[in-house]
Amino acid sequence: MLDGRAAVRRRINARLWLSGGWLALLAIVALLAPWLAPKDPLAQDLFAARLPPFWMAGAEPGFWLGTDSLGRDVLSRIMHGARIALAVALVAGIATCLIGSALGLVAGFMRGWADRIISRLVDIWMAFPPVLFAILLIAVLGTGLHSIIIAIVVIDWTRFCRVVRAEALNQSAMDYVASAKVAGRTRLSIMVREILPNVLPTIVALVTLEMGIAVIVEAILSFVNLSISTDAPTWGGMIAEGRISIHQAWWVLVFPLVTLFLTVLSFSQFGEGLKDHFDPVLR
Amino acid sequence: MLSGSLSVLLLRIVLGRLATMAITLFGVAVIVFVVIRVVPGNPVAMMLPPGATEADIARLNALYGLDKSIPEQFVIWLGGVVQGDFGTSISTRQPVLDLVLGRLPATLELSIFALVLAVIIGGVMALTGTRFRGTRTEGAVDVANGVGLSVPDFLWGLVFILLFGVLWPIFHISGRISPALDLPFVTQFYVFESIVRLRFDLWWDLLTHMFMPALALAIPLAAIISQLLKQSLKETMHLDYVVLARTKGYGENRVIVGEALRNAVLPTLTLIGVQFTFLIGGTVIIERLFSYEGLGNMAIDAVINRDLPLIQGIVIVFALIFTVVNLIVDMLYAVLNPRLRHA
Repeated sequence: MLDGRAAVRRRINARLWLSGGWLALLAIVALLAPWLAPKDPLAQDLFAARLPPFWMAGAEPGFWLGTDSLGRDVLSRIMHGARIALAVALVAGIATCLIGSALGLVAGFMRGWADRIISRLVDIWMAFPPVLFAILLIAVLGTGLHSIIIAIVVIDWTRFCRVVRAEALNQSAMDYVASAKVAGRTRLSIMVREILPNVLPTIVALVTLEMGIAVIVEAILSFVNLSISTDAPTWGGMIAEGRISIHQAWWVLVFPLVTLFLTVLSFSQFGEGLKDHFDPVLR
Repeated sequence: MLSGSLSVLLLRIVLGRLATMAITLFGVAVIVFVVIRVVPGNPVAMMLPPGATEADIARLNALYGLDKSIPEQFVIWLGGVVQGDFGTSISTRQPVLDLVLGRLPATLELSIFALVLAVIIGGVMALTGTRFRGTRTEGAVDVANGVGLSVPDFLWGLVFILLFGVLWPIFHISGRISPALDLPFVTQFYVFESIVRLRFDLWWDLLTHMFMPALALAIPLAAIISQLLKQSLKETMHLDYVVLARTKGYGENRVIVGEALRNAVLPTLTLIGVQFTFLIGGTVIIERLFSYEGLGNMAIDAVINRDLPLIQGIVIVFALIFTVVNLIVDMLYAVLNPRLRHA
């Protein structure tokens, strides 16, 4: 039994290290992009359009991963794109978490009319196709980083709300909550001091998942050309461009796609790893 | 086939659901209606030529009822919807209902094909993982589930475009059907109609167009099905009746498929219902990615063109589909769950 747990723990640790490593690397690149990027991500050079990556015939030195149809350096654009992706992930992920968890906690612990209103809102939200909702909101709010973040929060708070509400309901039925009530503690104090710490591991795992989702939503919005500006170096925008010139210059699609794939996978694996890490049975 | 008590139960589920469905749909309608009317920029002014006068704009505004207050517009719109009139699209000047009904079959066929793929892939993976539990094969199934769950349909779509559209071009990567083909169809349910008309050449062409978008939609759901079904199967394997089947000398395959599967499938079925609505929501971007002429693709165009009546109509139809799917799942659950059936 003990050996089995050790093996599971090793696997969890490997997962945490691999996904965490990629995310840390990405964070460093994002922070230092202006210094690390070999070229200006916006600089166009029609004489250097659609240059292949460095190992292929016809590559030019300095353009490691090739250039797009306007002659912009793919590597530099991916590096600068990481800034936008991670900014959206962090801010939208945390804001979504705070709002959704607070509502879920109130609904699950307070019950009554608060729960009824919040749960009804969640039902209504679940009846919206999320991507369409996001595009609609961007059309209303206008493009830009703020709009993307607001749109993600408005759409995805229900994810936290549903999970935290269910957890809070479970916890509220436990003896320690009953004894806290007997001890005469206020409801707010029980909610924040007793229930919240027990729900926290779930929230932490969910927040990293949400960050991965935020990165995807940003990519989808820039894919349909509704993200920041058409010129800004976003992964989704690069992918949209690459989708068009896929038969002439596959590298414009492949490199941002691989980056996005690894990033989304890492966020979710990191979240899963954290959840298992906090799991009292495995600890 | 249905016993009396079961039909009463189903009726009670439908009636109970209808009230919440109505509230949900009303809420969706209000939100969409208000949200899209806050959009800066007059949608009508965009469709007139640059030389249009103020009077022209005002006349068109009046034509689409956009000169009235938002609550007034909502009441007028709701009155129309109740009679089956969803208004007129601003960008195409056709009735919204016709446009939506023209595209809905394409989206439904894609979603159902994706669901079938997800059930097949997920089911096979769960059964394989259970049959070879404790081996490397089970480990491989677990890893595949993990990756399938982590990566959303949009990314799978891009990966497939790259792999099977470009590197090894065996499938079509855009459209619903090859434009050169002569279409005899009278309905929009192309796949269904091609089978009825025994036109298997068209049927094959449709399938090769649908396969990649459907697979992209199917993978996350397949991973969820595989994970949950495998877990339920493993729990069922320890139950007395399964152990009994084994002591009777049944082979492992027969024990899993013939005995354990029947009881393990119920929780998965409920989950498929909820997840199927997520899959349908995913068609919006997947249709865009594969230039598939469905409802979702039309929705994105409608937003870009600020076609308010069309956006409203599409969102309401999606919300209606979601709530109906949930209703069907509730009813299926009642039919299949022995505890509820004999209650």
